[in-house]
Amino acid sequence: MTDDTLATAAIRLSSPLRFGASTVLPVMAVGMVLLVIWYLAAIALNGPRVTEALNRGGQPYDNATFIAATWAMERPVLPAPHQIALELWNTTIDKPVDSKRSLVFHGAVTLSAALAGFVLGTVLGIVLAIGIVHVTTLDRSLMPWIVASQTVPILAIAPMIVVVLGNIGLTGLVPKAIISAYLSFFPVALGMVKGLRAPDPLQLDLMRTYSATRTQTFNKLRWPAAMSFLFPGLKVAVALSLVGAIIAELPTGAQSGLGSRLLSGSYYGQTVQIWAALVMAAILAVTAIGVLSLIERGVVMARGGRL
Amino acid sequence: MSGAPARAALVAAAALAGELLTLVASEFQAGLAPTLLLGIAALTIAALAMSRLSRHDHGAARLAVPALFGLTMLWLWQVITTTFGIPKILLPAPSEIAVAFIANSATLGADFMQTFVRSVIPGYVMGCGAGFLLAIAIDRSNFLQRGLLPFGNLAAAVPVVGIAPIMVMWFGFDWESKAAVIVVMTVFPMLINTTAGLSATSAMELDLMRSYAARYGQTLVKLRLPAAMPYIFNALKLNSTLALIGGIVAEFFGTPIVGMGFRISTEVARMNIDIVWATIAVAALSGSLSYGVLSIVERATTFWHPSFRK
Repeated sequence: MTDDTLATAAIRLSSPLRFGASTVLPVMAVGMVLLVIWYLAAIALNGPRVTEALNRGGQPYDNATFIAATWAMERPVLPAPHQIALELWNTTIDKPVDSKRSLVFHGAVTLSAALAGFVLGTVLGIVLAIGIVHVTTLDRSLMPWIVASQTVPILAIAPMIVVVLGNIGLTGLVPKAIISAYLSFFPVALGMVKGLRAPDPLQLDLMRTYSATRTQTFNKLRWPAAMSFLFPGLKVAVALSLVGAIIAELPTGAQSGLGSRLLSGSYYGQTVQIWAALVMAAILAVTAIGVLSLIERGVVMARGGRL
Repeated sequence: MSGAPARAALVAAAALAGELLTLVASEFQAGLAPTLLLGIAALTIAALAMSRLSRHDHGAARLAVPALFGLTMLWLWQVITTTFGIPKILLPAPSEIAVAFIANSATLGADFMQTFVRSVIPGYVMGCGAGFLLAIAIDRSNFLQRGLLPFGNLAAAVPVVGIAPIMVMWFGFDWESKAAVIVVMTVFPMLINTTAGLSATSAMELDLMRSYAARYGQTLVKLRLPAAMPYIFNALKLNSTLALIGGIVAEFFGTPIVGMGFRISTEVARMNIDIVWATIAVAALSGSLSYGVLSIVERATTFWHPSFRK
């Protein structure tokens, strides 16, 4: 409750994206309601500007024309869901992948940086956790600082890190990956520290009666026991690494990536473009978490366990 | 306090003295070799002190180890930047950051007021409050819970902070747009954690309340809400960091000419990296302080929880 609250809270957040049979109906119902609210909000928010435009036209208009116009604006205050879907379709399926306006291209740029950082952060997190579990000095000295490191809003200073690294010649993928790594090492390290300590004294005593070495205890007891803690941490980490990569692309004038789409969209008032980039980011995050869930299932199955 | 802890404290004092000596040497440019030798010696003694102190379990030693570690890191940063003459644009020394902090304290204070007091706190209170009330509102409907929670989880997985440009368009440059971003970022963690907390009571406890003929409201106030407190504090702590991030990032997309996010982005562009680091120090301090205050309040309200009992 003291040290690892941040991680446990975060882990609880992102673990279940599963949809059981009993949740399909409620989710559909709530989703429908949200869609209806969204369309109504689009009428309300876009209404004033549409009224202005229609009045300028001078012709009388009925309510149907008015509503249709609020859902089809060029630069709406709130785009209707179908406009975002259309924009997504136009920028993914309809555009060649190497086009500057292809969201697949921008998504791939962001995803590659995020994944590089995710792998780096995961390795760092696991190494730190192994050190902390085995060396008391590291536990006492490092652990409080690892927790403290996350109360620092690192995401907010990501752009500066990008600029500074750019000064020493590191540009492109590396600075973004470093920020993603900084964000993603934390849930992995905390999860692994918990997991590697999960074996109870009885099990550790059993290993001792076998006169197992430290390495053997680690390989045969601690590491397998930590697996069920590693994957929730990994899922949080991958979501965080995506956020990190996107933020790192913001105020540095990056030419590509989802972050740069957000920024250019906000400069030119292209709201539909912003929403499309956001939805793309959400799709990437959910897909990455889904893939990790599949791997987790595979690992658990391979060990003869049940999910 | 007998021999062993006293000796450990002595080693720690020796480590601090060594670090101080190295600082002096590097400040007066005593030459690379002596400074490095001194530094390595001080580092070794510091490591020794930490490993000795780690063996003791009482309060002072538990605080001393991380404190010594933090001081040593700060010292290492200072010595390396001054000894190797690392340019200020890349990485200013802690002393330079401290100077910038004091020299610009008026600006930094105004930024803090704008970002922390005027955007973060209102957004945080509104977001956490809305999440909590929403959780109470859907508490009696299993259907709504099953339908809403997956959306909450989805919102936790996607980069919500990306809505910042939209909120700036809707609510303008001032604090309202920042607070709006923070509300959207904090409402779902609160909703999910409160819902989890409200279902944390066991069937036995609920049965006891029923045998007292307690009404729904009484069970909620007397049993389920207190039991949910640890979960609610989890969300409060998580949200305190999220809110600060949201407030600062939203300022990258447009702001009046004051605020921590504005300061970071403009001073980076003007290559005043020491002011940027001073702003980061303010952000880190306010983040850690809010976390600390929440921890103290948590201890006072959930003192009964097993993790706080000795």
